[in-house]
Amino acid sequence: MIRATLAALMSHWWRHPLQLVSLAVGLALATGLWTGVQAINGQARDSYDRAARLLGQNRFATIEAADGQRFGQARYVALRRAGWQVSPVLEGAMRVGDLRLRILGVDPVTAPPDAVPRTVTGGGSLLPFITPPGVAFAAPQTVSALDAASGLPALRVAEGLLPGVLVVDIGIAQRLLSAPGAVSRLIVAPEQPVGRAPLADVAPGLVQRAPQARADISRLTDSFHLNLTAFGLLSFAVGLFIVHAAVGLAFEQRRTLFRTLRAIGVPLVGLIALLGAEIVVLALGAGLAGVALGYGIAAALLPDVAATLRGLYGASVPGTLDLSAGWWLGGLAVAVLGAAAASAQSLWRVWRMPLLAPAQPRAWARASARSMVAQSALAAGLAMAALALALWGQGLVAGFALLAAMLLGAALALPAVLSALLWGAERTATGALAQWFWADTRQQLPGLSLALMALLLALAANIGVGTMVASFRQTFTGWLDQRLASELYVTAASEAQAARLRTWLAPRTDAVLPIWSVEGPLAGAPGAVFGVADHRTYRDNWPMLRIQPGAWDRVAQGRAALINEQLMRRAGLVPGDMLRLPGGHALPVAGVYSDYGNPRGEAMIGVDLLTALYPQVPRLRYAIRVDPAQVAALARALVEDFGLPPDNVTDQARIKAMSLGIFEQTFTVTAALNVLTMGVAGFAMLMSLLTLSTMRLPQLAPVWALGLTRARLAWLELGRALMLAALTMVLALPVGLLLAWVLLAVVNVAAFGWRLPMHLFPADWARLAALALLAGGLAAAWPALRLLRTAPADLLKVFAHER
Amino acid sequence: MNVKALLPVLLLLAAPVLGQGFAGLGTEAQGFARPAPGTVLEFPADHGAHPAFRIEWWYLTANLVGPDGTDYGVQWTLFRSALAPETRSGWSSPQIWMGHAAVTTPTRHFVAERLARGGIGQAGVTAAPFAARIDDWRMAGPDLSALRLSASGPDFTYDLSLDTARPLVLNGTAGYSVKSAEGQASYYYSQPFYTVRGRLDLPQGPVPVTGRAWLDREWSSQPLAETQEGWDWISLHFDNGAKLMGFRLRQQGGETYGSGTWVGADGTVRTFGDGEMTMTPLRETRVAGRDIPVKWRVRLPAHGVDVTIEAVNDSAWMDTLFPYWEGPVRITGSHGGRGYLEMTGYD
Repeated sequence: MIRATLAALMSHWWRHPLQLVSLAVGLALATGLWTGVQAINGQARDSYDRAARLLGQNRFATIEAADGQRFGQARYVALRRAGWQVSPVLEGAMRVGDLRLRILGVDPVTAPPDAVPRTVTGGGSLLPFITPPGVAFAAPQTVSALDAASGLPALRVAEGLLPGVLVVDIGIAQRLLSAPGAVSRLIVAPEQPVGRAPLADVAPGLVQRAPQARADISRLTDSFHLNLTAFGLLSFAVGLFIVHAAVGLAFEQRRTLFRTLRAIGVPLVGLIALLGAEIVVLALGAGLAGVALGYGIAAALLPDVAATLRGLYGASVPGTLDLSAGWWLGGLAVAVLGAAAASAQSLWRVWRMPLLAPAQPRAWARASARSMVAQSALAAGLAMAALALALWGQGLVAGFALLAAMLLGAALALPAVLSALLWGAERTATGALAQWFWADTRQQLPGLSLALMALLLALAANIGVGTMVASFRQTFTGWLDQRLASELYVTAASEAQAARLRTWLAPRTDAVLPIWSVEGPLAGAPGAVFGVADHRTYRDNWPMLRIQPGAWDRVAQGRAALINEQLMRRAGLVPGDMLRLPGGHALPVAGVYSDYGNPRGEAMIGVDLLTALYPQVPRLRYAIRVDPAQVAALARALVEDFGLPPDNVTDQARIKAMSLGIFEQTFTVTAALNVLTMGVAGFAMLMSLLTLSTMRLPQLAPVWALGLTRARLAWLELGRALMLAALTMVLALPVGLLLAWVLLAVVNVAAFGWRLPMHLFPADWARLAALALLAGGLAAAWPALRLLRTAPADLLKVFAHER
Repeated sequence: MNVKALLPVLLLLAAPVLGQGFAGLGTEAQGFARPAPGTVLEFPADHGAHPAFRIEWWYLTANLVGPDGTDYGVQWTLFRSALAPETRSGWSSPQIWMGHAAVTTPTRHFVAERLARGGIGQAGVTAAPFAARIDDWRMAGPDLSALRLSASGPDFTYDLSLDTARPLVLNGTAGYSVKSAEGQASYYYSQPFYTVRGRLDLPQGPVPVTGRAWLDREWSSQPLAETQEGWDWISLHFDNGAKLMGFRLRQQGGETYGSGTWVGADGTVRTFGDGEMTMTPLRETRVAGRDIPVKWRVRLPAHGVDVTIEAVNDSAWMDTLFPYWEGPVRITGSHGGRGYLEMTGYD
């Protein structure tokens, strides 16, 4: 009995392979996009965790200077001699050619077990490790990238290290970083002797920090990953629309079958169980394909994501995937849960189906008309929620909730709006054919509405994200021109060279402006303080958002600070408020400047004050003002006459190109996901039209019988699809612009701390509209072609078989 | 003979091959100075460090009693391990320091361990005025006749004053101590005559103590033969005022090599060679997954010694980077007294 029932249920898929394909592809796409994004996020988080583990920051308390700066190792020795079980770490950045290296200096002798990688402590003899030039442990790809680089310790491969990190002895790190006797922080062993003196007595100015569950870097990159997650979720939702549509159709078309099966004695529970099993089997198959697809997507996008994270945040994430079994199983679970969610309504309908109900698709259309009312009510509710979130919401999660409510509300409202428009058109139409066309379109709307909703979402997302990216690009380019006013940027290799460089440059240039900075906490988050020289370069060009009169003079005198927009928003500081610098010195804020692309809070103070507050600040980087005509000659002279490595001399154009490159990379992933979402929507439309076209013969046959040729009918079908796509595009435009506004004014501010002006790009909309029409046209072309080729006999059969 | 100073060598040079255990101590000592017979030890200079030698230690054990007659044992050890036979200032110094401290009661055994790099001021030894220290642990005095000794761990601290007017005891031949038939040797002298007064701070509270202490000074570059796997070492204070230091090095195949020093109650020093003293295990106990002999019969017929020594606390296990057994013992038999027992290489 079960086998016979199963065979009967399965026969549907044999007769409608396309439905099967659409179900499977929809589910696979949804699963694939979702798991792909999860894989990327997971990989990045794993890297952050490894970074934190590498330093033991996630398990060990640390002792740092109150101002976050390095301090002398004598204080380490003083703590040890007072009984404190601590181990020194010196950390810093170093450039070798184009590579940015993070130098991590540790003391393998005093480091708590597992605070430094086992590969380092157990990696053989200690003597070469601590004897200059020392031994550096690094990830395999870093070792090969550094092959033949000079001036570095001997390189050894250590699995499990992050790319770009060199683990060396602390003495070697002090040499590499030109920081003799300096320590960044101390790792505090979990077990301490009794009776030791308090920290404040032994080492005043040092503070103890509890182990951090998360790496600092993950706080900065959270917003980026939340963005990706939101996109993954959107794609998943669009994919589920397809699944829902396909499952719904399959169930509706089998209503006759269900009724017959019930009538000949198949119990309802058995029927539901078999249908459920069918869904689960389909979901597992499609989910497997989806997980494979997700792997492909993640593997393809990860290098770009890694480049973005490195460029934007300085976070090191490997460009290759390394996924656990849990991820694969999670992907399958998502597929099964998604399929269950998408088919729950259909199963419910079968459960409630009266045994003797008329089993015709028309019934579905009428039921859908009722559900359209419910949908519209839900849409109205979501719109209200979105409005409330826009007015009173705070933070990133509220921002994304606003996005979700707005998009979902718009999608749910679409059928009702379209229906109203079509109804209006029907009322104003003259002539039987036109009236039939509008009425028939409206009658098809329930079957097409899910595909159109998916299209609306994809179009709105495209418009919104496109507007945001283009606005960002326009603002960013203009801002770069202001910010990078100097002609040449140079970096000295050491303090001694920097001193010679200043002397050498003085007679050859208009001005040599220091770019000196220290890192430290600002308003409780990682930040940086820059010293700024008193020069018209800044007064004339610096992109100020707000500024008090006389601000630059007060900054030059060390009596005020300028802060970036991120810090203003994060700490709620406005000009006139007091800002606490790392170490406790407080200054009034005199102005706010825009600082796009920077995840951190930053402050600018007079360069004299900077060197007074932080005497150890590295004085290696300079911006040079010089007659633009002499830039090339000076750059050459710096390399050939003065002897700077070519990599340490960068002209304005190259920095701009690099900045724009990082910027473009940041949105590569967004653009790729955008295209994929569009593809999913187009596919949904195709599938809906194809399935509808087979059901619609009973509606078309009378029109054909009244004298309309098949060719004419096919053109009408095509026109209908194009018209619906065009209408959807028109409706998507305001939704997309609203989305862009939310992204720019709410999400970006919450995520990155900057607000961008919104620009409109009508040419992009026209291109997108053409794309939407193309998608609609392509989706309708095949069903139209099939209609064109329908044998007249089939159309005649409609009358013969009418039930 | 406290060859456990070789532990740091193992730790730092052969860390990946932990399984090799104490048998790895007989490795070649290229470039390092070697002890030579006939060398005259000079004091106070030789109380300080000898960086040209690979290993060295300042090793103090004390048998103490509380006001209620309870036996306590205290250990304070500073090891120096050279990765290369030289000194450099700063982090590139190849001199590595390690400290072990312990307090043993009849029921508990408290252990702490310290590690330090040479060259940055975290640990070191000066000969005059004498001071040996690592982190907050100190053994210091104007000279070796009067010392203050302190150490701390997660659950204990101690602060002891040590005094003696007696001369140093040179082990072996004028301080040249042979460790194997192949001729491995070390420089080795002791000060076994300290009287101790001070305080232990234990979880149950402070305990005023008095008693006797024994300081061993030894340095070498390769004191073990390649075939030697571990050792059993004793330092005994007899109630009549005599002292006995003796050890036997266990070789592969069950052979042993022994030696020692007898200090009579009148202060006469007699050293003895292999075969004169016998050590026979009487009872083993299970500690840290190993069978360790904690009761021995010790015979030295030349001086009329036939005693049984038994651990005050069977579980005196030094759970340090390279673990071993070290604890106070009670002496019965031909002589009564207290002493210290150390055993390594029981894997």
